[in-house]
Amino acid sequence: MTRDRPTWITLVLVLAIAALLGVANLAGNPYVPTYIVSLAGKYLTYAMLALAVDLVWGFAGILSLGHAAFFALGGYAMGMYLMREIGPRGVYANPLLPDFMVFLNWKTLPWYWHGFGFFPFAVLMAMLVPGLLALVFGWLAFRSRVSGVYLSIITQALTFALLLAFFRNDMGFGGNNGLTDFKDILGADLHADTTRVALLWITAILLCAQLLVCRFLVRSRYGKVLIAVRDTESRTRFLGYRPETYKLVAWTISAIMAGIGGALYVPQVGIINPSEFAPANSIEAVIWVAVGGRATMAGAVLGAVLVNLGKTWLTGALPEVWLFALGALFIVVTLFLPRGIMGLFARRRGKPAAAVSAAKEITG
Amino acid sequence: MSFDGFRALNALSLVLEPGEMRAVIGPNGAGKTTMVDVITGKTRPDTGRVVFGKDTDLTKLDEPAIAALGIGRKFQKPTVFEPHTVWDNLLLALAGDRTPRFTLWARQTTEEQDRIEAILTTIRLSDHRDRRAGDLSHGQKQWLEIGMLLAQEPQLLLVDEPVAGMTDAETHETADLLREINRTRSVVVVEHDMDFVRALGVKVTVLHEGSVLSEGSIDHVSADPRVVEVYLGR
Repeated sequence: MTRDRPTWITLVLVLAIAALLGVANLAGNPYVPTYIVSLAGKYLTYAMLALAVDLVWGFAGILSLGHAAFFALGGYAMGMYLMREIGPRGVYANPLLPDFMVFLNWKTLPWYWHGFGFFPFAVLMAMLVPGLLALVFGWLAFRSRVSGVYLSIITQALTFALLLAFFRNDMGFGGNNGLTDFKDILGADLHADTTRVALLWITAILLCAQLLVCRFLVRSRYGKVLIAVRDTESRTRFLGYRPETYKLVAWTISAIMAGIGGALYVPQVGIINPSEFAPANSIEAVIWVAVGGRATMAGAVLGAVLVNLGKTWLTGALPEVWLFALGALFIVVTLFLPRGIMGLFARRRGKPAAAVSAAKEITG
Repeated sequence: MSFDGFRALNALSLVLEPGEMRAVIGPNGAGKTTMVDVITGKTRPDTGRVVFGKDTDLTKLDEPAIAALGIGRKFQKPTVFEPHTVWDNLLLALAGDRTPRFTLWARQTTEEQDRIEAILTTIRLSDHRDRRAGDLSHGQKQWLEIGMLLAQEPQLLLVDEPVAGMTDAETHETADLLREINRTRSVVVVEHDMDFVRALGVKVTVLHEGSVLSEGSIDHVSADPRVVEVYLGR
């Protein structure tokens, strides 16, 4: 079973750091400017994506190379709400149509943009759209017993197809430029320090909630079956379990978690465009989990934050080196730290590989 | 149970009485494991029927449905859930609701605990309940897997080479265990260890190239010149 303590430590750390950064910022501490607050918020939304990947990869053995698609869809749902919130304050001052639609000479709002002016609807869609896509995709894939590398490849194709679709202007999602120039959220100015701090705190609290949901799933009897499916799928089948439904439940929940992450990412970063669907983004998310430690939950959060801290620093200092560093990191972790940073902790405490059948092949 | 005319299995026909224990032997490639695959739904035959109970045709069902009918299968290689404890392995195998809707909220009942305790005693693993299944010895894994089959409460147990890689003492205990199980359920033992089959002392079916070569007591089949030919004359 997964050890419990790292989860609680992560929970406390996430809340404490978010609280500290927020309070310091509001108190006017010069070391914590607002951009740091939003950067921290962004990392925590990445941590949500990592946790979502860990749930399916770590505990169900599904290596998704397209999870950023669910993240981006959640982001677009929130972005659509934020666009509608701009109202007549856009460059073209059209009270109904976002700027890019006026620019494209559109006269009416596309039907699928209706309702997004209403915040609860947008939030619902940020979860429903990724969830439904995952449900349909997973139902087809798992029922046909597509697994291993083949499944990874089609998840990659899924996100690439969405990338191409969202690039098109006539899709009605702002094409290449995506959605940006947001003004406020629920009437609160998005550029105000208080809004930024509130967003960070909400992100931290929801990340903790997601950790608790994952903890519940993994420790339940359902979670035990899921781990059994990951390692010995045929055995579970001959015991009378249907692995496809077990995978589908985890897969759909995971997509919803990623969607929530995306919805929180957009107001803090201020833009969503099709590049969020880039296959490389999904692969990066898998690397965060591998670095932190697969099937450890706490490791996913840790990996996402640490790798992105490194990315922020390195892309500032030596931008051209970043991708090589990321590749090298993945190789080093795979070769020398098959159980990630969390595995390092476990080894120090002298505990054998209890949580994961170490470095289990992705195709298993 | 009857099988007629498979391509991989060639016009194999076998009938098992309720409560019977049967040993199926045969040289490599005789179709023993394929037969088990067909019964458990892993492989679908081109033609023919596999009838379980009164008139359930198993060729129409998939693995979980067949398992739910009460047919348990032990793999040739011991297959247990290695990261889980011995206890949890048995818990997951216990007969009951298999849907995520149930397992998400399920709590261990005292009834379940009693059943697991009883099985632990039967398979002689009471002292190992909290160990990771992956840390057990080869023979202990075989027993755990048999225990998981018992927990499933099947009417028919298909056991593929249960003593492969076991010590003599373990082989002996396994024979006792299978006889114990056979008191309440039908058992098919697939083996090619003749001595073990002799120790079981049950009716034997000899397969060769996908069909039945000979059937009867172990003394009867080992005296059959065709069986001698297949086993020794290659």
